[in-house]
Amino acid sequence: MTEPHRNTSSGEPAARGSVPSAEAAAVLEERSRHADPAGRVAHDGSIAGYRANHTLPIRVELRRQLLRRRTQLTLGLLVALPVVLLLAFRIGQDDVSGGGLVELATRSGVNFALFSIFVSVSFLFVVVVALFFGDTVASEASWSSLKYLLAAPIPRHRLLRQKAIVSALLTVFALLLLPAVSLLVGVLAYGNGPLISPTGESVSMGRGVVVLLMIIAYLVLFYTWVAGLALLLTVATNTPLGAVGGALMASILSQILNQITALGDLRQFLPTYYSYDWFDLLSTDISWDEMARGVLTSFVYGTVFVLLAIQVFDRKDITS
Amino acid sequence: MSFLARNRWWLIALGAVVLLVAGAIAWPSDDEDTSDIPSREFRLEVPEEPGSDSLISLDATVYLPETTPAPAVLLAHGFGGSKLEVSGDARELADRGFVVLTYSARGFGESEGLIGLNSPDHEVRDASALIDWLAEQPEVLTEDGDPVVGVTGGSYGGALSLMVAGTDDRVDAIAPVITYNDLVKALIPNSGTEDATPITSAGTPAASPFPDPGVFKRFWAGLLFTAGSPSVEAPPVASPELGTDDEDGEGDEGSEGARPTPEEGGTGDADGGTGPTPPGCGRFSPELCAAYVELATTGEPSQETVDLLADLSPARFTENITVPSLVVQGSQDTLFGLDQADANAREIAEAGGRVKVVWFAGGHDGSGTPGEVRDQIGAWFDFHLAGRGPDPGTTFEYGIPRSVAGGGGTRVRTLTAPEYPGLVDTAATEFQRHRITGDPTPVLTPAGGQPAAITGLPGLSGVLGGSPDVAGRLHRDVPGQVARFTSEPLAEAVTITGTPRVRVQVSQAPGAATSGTAVLFAKLYEVSPNGTRTLPGQGVSPVRVTGLPADGTPMEVDIALPGIAYTVDSGQRLEVAISTTDQAYASVTEPVTHVVGIAENTDLALPTTQGEHATSPVPWGALAGAGGVVALGVVLALVSAWRRRHSTDLVPDLEDVPIVISGLSKRYASGFTAVDGISLRVERGQVLGLLGPNGAGKTTTLRMLMGLIRPTAGQVRVFGHLVRPGAPVLSRIGAFVEGSGFLPHLSGMENLRLYWAATGRGRESAHFEEALEIAGLGAAVHRKVSTYSQGMRQRLAIAQAMLGLPDLLVLDEPANGLDPPQIHQMREVLRRYASGGRTVVVSSHLLAEVEQTCTHLVVMHRGRVMATGEVRDIVAGGHGYTFHVDQPERAAEVLAAMDGVSEVEAHDSSVQALLGPVRPGAAVTELVRAGIAVEQAGPTGRLEDAFLQMVGEESAP
Repeated sequence: MTEPHRNTSSGEPAARGSVPSAEAAAVLEERSRHADPAGRVAHDGSIAGYRANHTLPIRVELRRQLLRRRTQLTLGLLVALPVVLLLAFRIGQDDVSGGGLVELATRSGVNFALFSIFVSVSFLFVVVVALFFGDTVASEASWSSLKYLLAAPIPRHRLLRQKAIVSALLTVFALLLLPAVSLLVGVLAYGNGPLISPTGESVSMGRGVVVLLMIIAYLVLFYTWVAGLALLLTVATNTPLGAVGGALMASILSQILNQITALGDLRQFLPTYYSYDWFDLLSTDISWDEMARGVLTSFVYGTVFVLLAIQVFDRKDITS
Repeated sequence: MSFLARNRWWLIALGAVVLLVAGAIAWPSDDEDTSDIPSREFRLEVPEEPGSDSLISLDATVYLPETTPAPAVLLAHGFGGSKLEVSGDARELADRGFVVLTYSARGFGESEGLIGLNSPDHEVRDASALIDWLAEQPEVLTEDGDPVVGVTGGSYGGALSLMVAGTDDRVDAIAPVITYNDLVKALIPNSGTEDATPITSAGTPAASPFPDPGVFKRFWAGLLFTAGSPSVEAPPVASPELGTDDEDGEGDEGSEGARPTPEEGGTGDADGGTGPTPPGCGRFSPELCAAYVELATTGEPSQETVDLLADLSPARFTENITVPSLVVQGSQDTLFGLDQADANAREIAEAGGRVKVVWFAGGHDGSGTPGEVRDQIGAWFDFHLAGRGPDPGTTFEYGIPRSVAGGGGTRVRTLTAPEYPGLVDTAATEFQRHRITGDPTPVLTPAGGQPAAITGLPGLSGVLGGSPDVAGRLHRDVPGQVARFTSEPLAEAVTITGTPRVRVQVSQAPGAATSGTAVLFAKLYEVSPNGTRTLPGQGVSPVRVTGLPADGTPMEVDIALPGIAYTVDSGQRLEVAISTTDQAYASVTEPVTHVVGIAENTDLALPTTQGEHATSPVPWGALAGAGGVVALGVVLALVSAWRRRHSTDLVPDLEDVPIVISGLSKRYASGFTAVDGISLRVERGQVLGLLGPNGAGKTTTLRMLMGLIRPTAGQVRVFGHLVRPGAPVLSRIGAFVEGSGFLPHLSGMENLRLYWAATGRGRESAHFEEALEIAGLGAAVHRKVSTYSQGMRQRLAIAQAMLGLPDLLVLDEPANGLDPPQIHQMREVLRRYASGGRTVVVSSHLLAEVEQTCTHLVVMHRGRVMATGEVRDIVAGGHGYTFHVDQPERAAEVLAAMDGVSEVEAHDSSVQALLGPVRPGAAVTELVRAGIAVEQAGPTGRLEDAFLQMVGEESAP
């Protein structure tokens, strides 16, 4: 029927070369004999050495994510973008008019960095946030590695938390990386002049850099709604594309609705309504009102999404 | 379980609702819901003429606040509108706690009578009559019998508020908005003077030092006149009055008011019984109509017209106004410029009234009063009528519109100065001087005044442009009709607040026959480096110069350029353009040429104010909301975590039993039952085979064992501990379920290391070497997993399951993808693994696999357990041994003769028997001894038979 039954444990199989595990099996047997299960087990039933709140340390998850090609590509793109922008300005040097940030972009390094943020706010940064948060759990599901992590066991809320923290770290890093590289490229190309705002006010480069940092800080807080939504989608689906794309689509939909002025004041409840209110930071006297509303809007959406994500993930049957 | 589940969903739903409610509360909203403000309409009869018995009725609505008695506010509408136009503002004020009375002025809306243009004997008396009515209402607060009342309104209504305040002592506070001081100066302005100082000495640019009439503002006058003639389908005076909210809404209301349906117009006329009026006069009083016709046809007013307009001007009454006055004017206003408000403010202040001046970035050519300004009006009445809230003080507030790049639209920066500097030269006014240069240029006044320069479309620029920025570019000068004088690019930005001054030389072109009169229009452009001109505020200053010497000797004229509140950016140039025509004004019709130059050694003087950005109040509400929302989220997460917490659920008796499953079921939402009430028990040292065809529920059972799937009923206990998602006891299980799960971009080695690191356990307890030995991948372990074959991944996954030598090893279909030697080796490994007291569970749909690997067996089918027991028992149960022989008959005899052998059956080439105590070897020996050739011998009842028997025919497809 199948191969003949053997009841010996001779060295024969090991001699087959491709299957060298018989010796290992012998070792296992030896170890097993000496094992004293009772002494190695804690009161909660876990094996000695296992602590739930030591599972999936940040540095391990960070390493898992940083080794991924998509992380490297994303960060690489953010490094490359300022260079591409610079080339674009160099090639199409003439006739930069029409005012505004485009015209100002070549005035100084800080302005160049500001411009790079400006062009990234409505889409590129949203993609970055959606990617880091939307891909994190769904990709594990698509690789089938999620079940092994959960059976290790990493408690589900802890897995979600650690992954969210790592995604947040990557997001903040990415959002800082682009302006940092832009600033470097910009200063080399256009010098260390002052930051000139579209409203004509200018501040020194040092203060300009502080302004850039404040803008990024606002954006980090503002994007919490995208992060929350992507986190919800990443636990709700097993396909990374669905989670990332879903969050992206929601952002685009919100931006489209925001264009419909007929919606009137209803628009202020759209999550993207306040996406450009960091412009207020460019004024010498900063009005915080709109930005505070933007942060509030984002936090309300973000918190609801995150709570839902926790709940959905906690209830979910892992079948991937 | 279901109760718990329902509970949790309730928790999250509750959380979401609480969050949304908290968000809605903390969410700062621009719009209060004022739809439920109670109101009532009524009609008030007033004398058509003072002292006359003939009555006309006014259409009025009163809005009531929540608590009464309360101070009252009389809210008047703009020209061409009706009480409907201000209903929104009325509700806002009523919401603040005022009794608000709105009405349609005579000649407008559904009120009867003729338009008297705020005639002191008509409209102003009407307003007093309305205050009389207010005094009788129980809802209105009174002091010593006098009602506490404020008056406000935009444009037409603003002028009324001034005139009522100047004639009726009962008015306690006013807030005139975008209105006029002197109709003569507003409609027939002149902004030039020969003398270098008269602007100062005369006290106001509005009170022009030129006794002669200026230049007729015909476009605006025409718009206003048609707005008062409802029989004509005229565009409304797009006067964004009070109530003209940001963009769209108000325009509609305005047009409703301005364009009553024919029925309304007809009814009003009929009921009014106003008698015959000249054709085209609409609802204007005959003398107003005649004055307009005269002005519009000649472009120059008669003395009677000047006197009439002066009679109708608030300037007559401002010296009597001593009540607190909030003077609001727009900097986008070519009808009533900042100079008109300046005159009002200064005259009231001289009379002893307390004055606060506010300029906003809007007006008759721009947006209506923004919410912040309406809020200030409310706060003004709050303090001065009701004694509520902080003192608004007398600081000067002005909005500077700034266009934002990237489609950001226009933003208004509101600045505050300690006091209103006024438009006249005072010690408080600072001037920044810029040299402007340009050669004296001959400029032609074309015959008939056409073509004419365009400086925006009065009343429509704001609508068309959408923003002051765009509107500022709606202009065109006619070549040959304009002289330009330009500054150097500004070294730094300057914010102009008020009326810039420039001194020009005007001379008659030599030899031309002339009247000695020149009409010129002065503008101040901002010129960007690429040559784009922007006209801030769209304003133009008309200048009528008379008495020019015929010999061509130049006259010097001081010009007050239009008042603006505007920031010119660094790098921009300033340009003074002097042209001979303007579409909006009645110009000279005889062709004539003048030469225009800049007076020597003079500068363009820009008034500036050291205003500071009103320190925007820290938005505590929104910040607290944001913090609160997050805090709430954290609390909910913690509550959820606390509910998730379980005390150790241990059955001590089972502490040494690897697996006890009882009544376990899994029913999916789709209704499919994957596992249906199975129970089984696995003891230490067993190698348990979970056997069943595909779809029997094996994998689902194993997933429930690992806490990946929640059972719908029943429970799994591992070493006595209840299995839940993430239960600590899972750390004693090593599992390989339904395929490997590796990060494809990492090597096999890296995968194992990262997996173990993720468990958080010490590296020394992982036993990597042994695991890698079992995987047997050799050097391939350093290659990326994405390059692995199915079998390699399988072995790596089994190695991963064995990391840390778990007490319970669960392998789902481990033989898939392995070749026979590897399968064999696997068996060996598992057998040895279990022999030390550890336990192995293997699932398979392959009979032989299980039979040869396992000590114990569970047969599953359609989610149920069909049989459990030792492999030996299941296999041997009731079955015998088969011998393939050459002589079956003979063999049967031999076997039957042996002790203990029973149920011998002979077949074609074999014989079957239950051997009982007889060892198979002995039976073979006996057969051979009897001369029978035994070709093959083995158990009859292999697992296949048993399996098929248990599963039955129903498993056949």
